Amino acid sequence: MTLLPAILSQLLHLALMLAAAPLLVGVVRWLKARLMGRQGPNPLQPWRDLRKLVRKQPLLAENASVVSLAAPYAALGATAAAAALVPGFAHGMLLAPMADLILVAGLLALARFALALAAMDVGTAFGDLGAAREMSFAAFAEPAFVLAVLAFAILAGTTNLDAIGTLLQEGMVGLRVTLGLALLALLAVALAENGRLPVDNPATHLELTMVHEAMLLESSGRQLALWEMQGALRLTLWLTLLAALFFPFGTAGADAGPLGWLLGLLAWAIKLGVLAVALAVFESAIAKMRVFRVPEFLGAALLLALLGAVFLFLSTGLA
Amino acid sequence: MSVGMPLSLGLPLLLVALPFLGGVVLAVLPSLRVAALLNIALALAGFLLALGLLALPRGGEEAVWLLHLDALNLPLLLLGAFVGLTTACFSAATVGGEGFSPRAGRAYHAAFQVFLGANHLALLADNLGLMWVAIELATFATVLMVALHRTPAALEAAWKFLILCGVGIALALFGTILLAMAALPFAGDGGAALSFAVLLRVGREADPSLLTLAFIFLLVGYGTKAGLVPLHSWLPDAHAEGPMAISAVLSGLLLNAALHAVLRAKAVVALNPGPLPPGALMMAMGLASLLLAAFALWRRRDARRFFAWSSIEHMGLAAFAFGLGGPAALAGMLHLLGHSLVKSAIFFGLGRATMLRGSQSLAGLGGLVKSHPRLGWSLMLAMLAIAGLPPFSLFASEFLLVQQTVARLPWLTLPLGIGLLVAALAMAQAMQALGLGPAPAAVPLRAVPSLLGPRLDAWAALAPLHLHLLLALLLGLALPAPILAVLLDAARIAG
Amino acid sequence: MGFGQLPYDVAHLLGGAVLLLSFVLLYQRRMAAVINAFATQGALLALAVAWQGWAQGAPGLYVTALVAAAAKAVLIPLALRALVRRFGLHRSAEPALGIGAGLIAGVALVALAILVVLPATTGAGALAREDLAMALSVVLLGMLMMITRRQAISQVIGLLSLENGLVLAAAGVRGLPLVVELSTAALVLVLAGVAGFFAFHLRARFESLDLSLLHRHRGERAEAEQP
Repeated sequence: MTLLPAILSQLLHLALMLAAAPLLVGVVRWLKARLMGRQGPNPLQPWRDLRKLVRKQPLLAENASVVSLAAPYAALGATAAAAALVPGFAHGMLLAPMADLILVAGLLALARFALALAAMDVGTAFGDLGAAREMSFAAFAEPAFVLAVLAFAILAGTTNLDAIGTLLQEGMVGLRVTLGLALLALLAVALAENGRLPVDNPATHLELTMVHEAMLLESSGRQLALWEMQGALRLTLWLTLLAALFFPFGTAGADAGPLGWLLGLLAWAIKLGVLAVALAVFESAIAKMRVFRVPEFLGAALLLALLGAVFLFLSTGLA
Repeated sequence: MSVGMPLSLGLPLLLVALPFLGGVVLAVLPSLRVAALLNIALALAGFLLALGLLALPRGGEEAVWLLHLDALNLPLLLLGAFVGLTTACFSAATVGGEGFSPRAGRAYHAAFQVFLGANHLALLADNLGLMWVAIELATFATVLMVALHRTPAALEAAWKFLILCGVGIALALFGTILLAMAALPFAGDGGAALSFAVLLRVGREADPSLLTLAFIFLLVGYGTKAGLVPLHSWLPDAHAEGPMAISAVLSGLLLNAALHAVLRAKAVVALNPGPLPPGALMMAMGLASLLLAAFALWRRRDARRFFAWSSIEHMGLAAFAFGLGGPAALAGMLHLLGHSLVKSAIFFGLGRATMLRGSQSLAGLGGLVKSHPRLGWSLMLAMLAIAGLPPFSLFASEFLLVQQTVARLPWLTLPLGIGLLVAALAMAQAMQALGLGPAPAAVPLRAVPSLLGPRLDAWAALAPLHLHLLLALLLGLALPAPILAVLLDAARIAG
Repeated sequence: MGFGQLPYDVAHLLGGAVLLLSFVLLYQRRMAAVINAFATQGALLALAVAWQGWAQGAPGLYVTALVAAAAKAVLIPLALRALVRRFGLHRSAEPALGIGAGLIAGVALVALAILVVLPATTGAGALAREDLAMALSVVLLGMLMMITRRQAISQVIGLLSLENGLVLAAAGVRGLPLVVELSTAALVLVLAGVAGFFAFHLRARFESLDLSLLHRHRGERAEAEQP
């Protein structure tokens, strides 16, 4: 009789992820504004923007193909699928057996692929430039992510996110250097994936160095709303992923009742809140990096992940 | 309490403490002339104290105040004190020509005494940690002296010395920590795990792979200071750019002290050899140094760098001999003594010649036999000795080494022979250029500033050279029975 | 003692943090950032040593920690900053080996350190072994920094960070005698050598502390070039 709670928790999780995503973006923006001494928009503003965008008539370039139309749906679908896999407030959701970290990486890569295609579809300079940059950053970020996954796989004996989370929650693994290295690598990858400072500035459309926003210049109306939603969902997904791997406390077990879920929800909200504050503080304190330095930055992340995996591999192999 | 106890405690302690105290005095003494004379007096007192060590009982198990005297460090101590004395004499004759500012002169004499004291301490120490500190102290004293000329070349030499020896320091300390870690489970009381006496007692039980690892670090770390191959490149520059007298003590003392540290470690590790026997490692490094130096000798144009490379060659030979072990260790011991005597003699002669000619390139020193017959012939003789020709002691040690190699590891005879031959040929070529070759077109007659007066200067520069050669000759012709007994004992300790 | 126990975990993590800072040192270009990273490493080292002192019940290690904190986290970085200001060394210096290549070499060195230490120390406790492997990695990375950087100050920082690795190693061995004396002596000796060198010599002669400028002064080469 575990099927029903599994289905219920899965649905609740996905709904909450979707609902929280724009809110999270709004909260980060608001926090950043407060930290910089400004009043800041209401944290609900992204939701309002989305509502406004959905009502508007989309305007497409004359030479836009079907790619421009379909890509946002593919990207949002892939991201939502990935978001459904990452355990938020409870373990043992319906899709938990499928929640493989490599699958998550693949779905995110698929979304990125769709985004890059859409950016190149119309053939404007900015779109091409952004797509090229996005893909070249991904060439470093994806291997770093996979290497960090490798470290977890050595540690836990599986790449299943649900199983890793459960194992880490029990605390049998201890504090390990490898975990620290993987954390740093994943933080760098998360910043790059979500187009945050110091890799990309999410708050500007004016710089020649922008990456993510450059790819969205040609979309409007419904399409733009889908892209914005996809970006927000991706950020939420990453923060949830980091929380699941490195702060695995308080997540409800597979068979916890509604009360356990409630506690899990509370813990999840707190974790997301803390991470959002950390992100806002970090972004306020740091300057954007030159584009040419980004591969170096991500290369360092790649090496950290590699170092963690090598360290673990050798020390468990020789112990 | 017997009468022997306070003496055996006091004498080594005094031998170590005297140069340090003297260094403090010299650091504040304004007159260069008085400082040079006091330097000689201190070195003489040190030599007499070292002679006094002969009367002490040796090889006792107990270390007194972390100091320990046995047959391995006794000959090296005597040699060190002796070379210190002759170098102090030579230094008094040449320091006027170095062109030091008053402050540099004070620093020079102070550093010289500190170096001697640290050298004695490194040899006498029974404790790995203390020995490490002493060798580092000696190193930094020499870095200071090398940099004293303040020319860009001297600064580069000093910087290279500092950086490479910094790496050596690190590796040696890491090896020390590993060795202590290996001994700790068996040493009982934790405080004693760095003492050689304790290490020798527990070495048999300690983990062999950990011992081997520790030895590799100690070998590479102290090998840096002994001029063994991977980290040798500071040595030629340091020899060539410092004041004249420094080259003599560098080759005569510091290299020996460093190799002595390796030998102490080897004695412990050899008790329980792990996957890589320490002897084989030493032989490999020694042979590599020998071969590299033998071929590098051919490309040298600077005379002091040439002989510095020759020091690398001879330290390689000694390391090879100790690595081979058994009777070959006797050859190694003899080689250390002979090399120190002859090499410092060469640097005395070279220093004098450089001062007279104002150049230290092999070409610039050409035709020395014609222009300065006494100096030229003495230098030629010393070069014959360093090339390993009879009747000097280096011939005896090299002969014994080759004979042992042929008998025990015949397949190593070829590389060893090639190294020896190539080096000897390079030496012959240099001898020809230096002694008999054409003198440079215009030999400038330089007015050499002097502290002691020109006649005394010439005497003080040449007498140490002759004395060293005479001793090397004596060691080569007939090894007196008591000395042989001590050396055999030392060879047994070194394994 | 193994994973999951607090003394082990924290010691392991602090050692790893010191190692990580070695990588940061290799990664940074700007002098100010390098000095900051070095100061952080010194502070972390002091924490690691103090933790070891608590875990092993060895009060002597607190002294070492205090020395490390005072000298490496505060005084030396201050002196280095003064030096940088004085000579105007703020501009970034490209290392001889590229940053990426340096980092890859660093990872290889860490792997080497683990491969060397772990099989040789099967007899020792797990904490001491991993600590030793990390300490050796810090030592090797310090050496790598000395090799890849041209500037004198960077080389000195490499040497000092190498010395951090030694202190880490010494603190990790339970019951090692003379730890305090040895670690302090190492620091004092290195500093005396370096400080003497800077104070007496380079100040007067060179505007820049870029050592690649020195090579052309080498006696032998100069003489070889003479006709």
